[in-house]
Amino acid sequence: MWTAILLGTLGVYLLKLVGLCVPKSVLEQPQVQQASALLPVALLAALVAVQTFATGHELVLDARAAGFAVALLAALLRAPFLLVVALGAGTAAVLRLIA
Amino acid sequence: MSTTGTIADRDWPRARIAVLRDAVGVGVAVGALGLSFGALSVLAGFSVAQTCALSLLMFSGASQFAVIGVLGAGGGALTGAATATLLGVRNSLYGLNLASLLRLRGVRRLVGAHLVLDESSAMATARDDPREARLAFWATGVAVFVLWNIATLGGALGAHVLPDPEALGLDVAAPAAFVALLLPRLRGRRLWALAVAAAVLALIMVPLLPAGTPVLVAGLTAIVAALAARRAGGR
Repeated sequence: MWTAILLGTLGVYLLKLVGLCVPKSVLEQPQVQQASALLPVALLAALVAVQTFATGHELVLDARAAGFAVALLAALLRAPFLLVVALGAGTAAVLRLIA
Repeated sequence: MSTTGTIADRDWPRARIAVLRDAVGVGVAVGALGLSFGALSVLAGFSVAQTCALSLLMFSGASQFAVIGVLGAGGGALTGAATATLLGVRNSLYGLNLASLLRLRGVRRLVGAHLVLDESSAMATARDDPREARLAFWATGVAVFVLWNIATLGGALGAHVLPDPEALGLDVAAPAAFVALLLPRLRGRRLWALAVAAAVLALIMVPLLPAGTPVLVAGLTAIVAALAARRAGGR
């Protein structure tokens, strides 16, 4: 686990530093701009999907999916950040209480 | 009334208080997420020390959640580090926008780089006055750093006290937080298509690939496809 923490830390820090040091011309290239705009969208979407619908190597539909749906709806309605998180977690909690 | 973005010295004290108040407000909001990060990290199998190291050293929310998400799902260290690093690519772009504003050299640049975040960059680039923008960057960066780390420690220690985290729905807190972070970025049909494609690809790969890798592989595949589609579509 320390390997992941330290390697990831190094990568994240160097990327932060690069932005402050690199000449503008490099990062202003259209491909670089596009890829860096798309990266967080694609990675976060994939991460959310796996965290919501997967347990180990299996796909499952459980209280997490309902919590996610409520959080998505709240976010679409532009609810504040903390409310989105609370509604998502709360929905899953209530469903598990009833089940 | 000033006609340009710059602030007269006379108005500076009031502007400074407004910036500092906003910085603390952002710090508190982020701190609440830090609580859940601390708890989820310990529940994913990380020690309290490892959890605090992530917040102190990596100090980038989405990347940290990716590390505990990937390793918690049984993924390897390299996959976790690679996913965290790729999620940090946006910080380079922030830095690029901030560089001309902050004009940092030497040690201050090394310290400043650590504080390049979604929040500090957004607060700084939202100000027109350079002096106000610089203050916003440092104040927000420091406020978020302090509160994020205190909250992480609190969450990590509290995780053991909680009766059953799943009963509280805490396992949904991270995906819900990502949805809230992601949606404002989804401007236009193309980005929605990319997000849905990446999500579906990741789920298809879950039964097939080693744990932790579906996120990385699906994310990169979706981006390559999106860039190729744009090039094929012409401009």
